[in-house]
This record gives sequence, structure tokens and C-alpha cells, in this order.
Amino acid sequence: MNRLVLAGVLSLMAWSAQADQVQVAVAANFAGPFQKIAADFAADTGHTAVAITGSTGKFYTQIKSGAPFEVLLAADDETPKKLEDEGLAVKGQHFTYARGTLVLWSAKPGFVDSQGQVLSKGDFNHLALANPKLAPYGAAAEQALKALGLYDSLLPKFVQGDSIAQTLQFIATGNAELGFVALSQVAPPDKPAVGSWWVVPAKLYAPILQDATVLKKGEGKPAAAALMKYLRSDKALAVIKAYGYGL
Amino acid sequence: MLDADDLQALRLTAELASVTTVLLLLLGTPIAWWLARTRSRLKGAVAALVALPLVLPPTVIGFYLLMLMGPEGPVGRFTSMLGWGLLPFTFWGLVVASILHSLPFVVQPLHQAFEALGTRPLEVAATLRASSWDRFVTVALPLARPGFLTAAVLGFAHTVGEFGVVLMIGGNIPGATRVLSVALYGHVEAMDYGKAHLLAAGLAGFGFAVMFLLYFLNGRALRSQGAGHV
Repeated sequence: MNRLVLAGVLSLMAWSAQADQVQVAVAANFAGPFQKIAADFAADTGHTAVAITGSTGKFYTQIKSGAPFEVLLAADDETPKKLEDEGLAVKGQHFTYARGTLVLWSAKPGFVDSQGQVLSKGDFNHLALANPKLAPYGAAAEQALKALGLYDSLLPKFVQGDSIAQTLQFIATGNAELGFVALSQVAPPDKPAVGSWWVVPAKLYAPILQDATVLKKGEGKPAAAALMKYLRSDKALAVIKAYGYGL
Repeated sequence: MLDADDLQALRLTAELASVTTVLLLLLGTPIAWWLARTRSRLKGAVAALVALPLVLPPTVIGFYLLMLMGPEGPVGRFTSMLGWGLLPFTFWGLVVASILHSLPFVVQPLHQAFEALGTRPLEVAATLRASSWDRFVTVALPLARPGFLTAAVLGFAHTVGEFGVVLMIGGNIPGATRVLSVALYGHVEAMDYGKAHLLAAGLAGFGFAVMFLLYFLNGRALRSQGAGHV
């Protein structure tokens, strides 16, 4: 009996030595696709990717304070570069894993028209966007409104979410009639999309390049390297595309 | 020193905490009195309900308030019907949230103060033919003064220190819902540590000062009461 248990423990140890675990800090807008990618990753490589979702700004502060993240999937391309410069990420590893798409979304069907004319009509009380200082999608929304010449007139109607996830909540609960979020949030491939939206033309805002990088804590870890490779596999790219990201 | 935005946040926070504290004392006193006097079987349930914000994460309260006060929620429908509009993203929305969130900090000290009175002073007053309202106003309220001081200070300070709920239902609007804790959070997230330190140190100093004052005054009140009994 004891020998059986010992054999079990030994084989478990052997298995866990091969199959590694990687702690991944994932930008909130990418939580949905990452869940799928992580499941495929586990099935294909045997490694486990543990996702911690949050805002990129918060991750930056946490990484500086020694957070145990090994890979960062940021919502921008600046944070991974900054971490590299500061010696907190492995040099030369970062690459753009997804290009974000901004949408103007309302939970009400028919509220947002296909041209985004609803913005200039201004027939609403609250326009939600993520805090432009903290969230790349918020900054993109600000740029788009400025490009449309509507920024100053709509400013009094702004309500700011702390992250893109909170912004979505403001709109989903109907407290804000409409707002700017990521396309990946409102039109996931596995769920029927609700409400109405306008995909903001890419020329109205600077590209939202979302970069991935290996952090110092993940240096030399096979699972971290495997995940970085896997993010560029056809299987992962198909998932990323299905969620409405550009590449 | 503080810039115009942070000064505005400071003023707003002081307003919010003051309004909330006054309303909390008005609302909390009858609840605490009922809890201290009742023999109802509902007492345990009501006390637990009042204490709930102590153990719930603020995001639970914020999340439910967004749903309840939104256009599809019962509270939202009611406020729309009255022509008040919807409460999220407004000062009064923060007041409602703060009242719920700080309720135990006001009700519990009052409850304890009323319970500590015992039945004797009120029975004595009754033998002198004081009406029940008279007994409450001229006997119970003055004797429970340290409890009121604790309740007011804790209610005010807890509202100033509140963060999770106001972040969730406030929408970070300057002059309406951007209170100090939210402004501080914004500075930290934007890595503007200089401004963040100023607000953080200010809040920490304020918290210490009011708590110290509270213990000091209550300690003195207890000593003088003790002396009175001798």
C-alpha cells in the first residue's frame, strides 16, 4: 500500500517537473480570449497558464513592487518597453500580440447607429469611457472624440471607469446610455452580442498596440517561453481574430 | 501644495461626509433605539443586516447599487418616476451609498450606548410621569452622548475613507463624484507619486487625528461620568 502511494507521489513529481506553470498578468480587455487560449495551451503543451486580470497601470506598479508575474500581456506597447528599460522584463522579448479595436457601445438595441451619429446628436445623459490617464482604450476614445470635434461639447457627460471592465459595467447596467469599450468585450464569438454599437474607424485614434513580454521572474522558465511562442501560433491567432482584434 | 482639482475633491469629500453623517444620525438613532429596546424576534436579523457592510467587500455594495439604482432597477425606476433622474454618477448617489456603507459605524456605537443605559434611568423617569418621548429626549439622549460622539466621528471618518463603493458608482466626475480617495487613486495609478503622497499623508493624518480625538474625549467623558457616580 505504502509503496503504491510512494509510486503515485513520484510519478506526480515527475509529471509536474515537465508540466510547468506560468503566472500571466492579462490586460482586462483580453481576459475573454486568453481564457480560451490558456485552455488550448494546456491541452497542447501540458503547461498551465494562470491568468491574473487587471489594468496595465496597476500591473506596472505591482511588478515594480515585486509581484510574482512571469509574463505580461499589456493593453499597450509602452508598459512592456518601460519594464524592459528598467530591467524588470527580459530584453528583446516583447511583441504585439493583438491590436485593439475601439467600439461605441450601448446596451440598448438601436441606440447607436452604424455611423456613430448618435454622438453629435448628444441625446443622452452619460457617455462612459475608461480613464484616459490609466487605460489605453480611454486614451483612444479621447483621441477619437477630439478627431470628431465633439470632445469639448461632450466632456460634461463623461463618466470614467477605472478600467475598461468597469466602463463596460456602467453601460451594461444602463446607468450610462453608451460608451467606449473594446470590441472584444461586446462581441465575443461564443456569446450572442446584445445592444448596438459602432466600430470606431481606426483612422480616428492611434493604434492600440497590445504587447506581450517575459518578465524577469519568468526568465528561463520553459512554460513562459512556451506561452510566448504559443501566442503566435495559428490556433491562438484565430482566437484573437475571432474576438475582433486586428493583428 | 494642493492644486485646484485636489482642492475641489477635498471640498466635495467634506460635503459628502457632513451630509452623510447628519442623515446617518437621523436614520441610525431610531434603528439603534429599536435594537436596544425591542424583544422582537426580528432583532437578530435587523442587527445582522445593519452589520453587513462590515463584512461585505465594497464591490458587492457598489455592484448591487449600480443595478438597483440603474434604469432597470427598482430604485432607479422609483427615482425616475419622481423626476429625480438616476442616482449613479451624482452627489446624492454617493450620499445613498455612503449611508448604506457607513451605517454599522453609526448604529453600533448608538446601540451599545442605549443598551448600556439599562432600564433603570428610564423607569425612574417614568415614575416621575415623564412621557416616553420625554424620557427619550431628556434622559436617554443626554446619557448616550459619548455614543453619539463616537457614532458621528466614525460615520464621518468612514465616509471620508470610503473608496470601493464610490469608485464603482461615482464615475470619477470632478466636482460631483471625484472625492479625495478616488483622486488619490488616480494619482497613484498615473504614477504621479508626489501628488499621491500629499493626499495619502493628509488622509492618514486626518484619520489619526480624529481617532485620537475620539479616544481622548470619550476617555474624559467616562472619567467624569465615573466621578459623578461616586
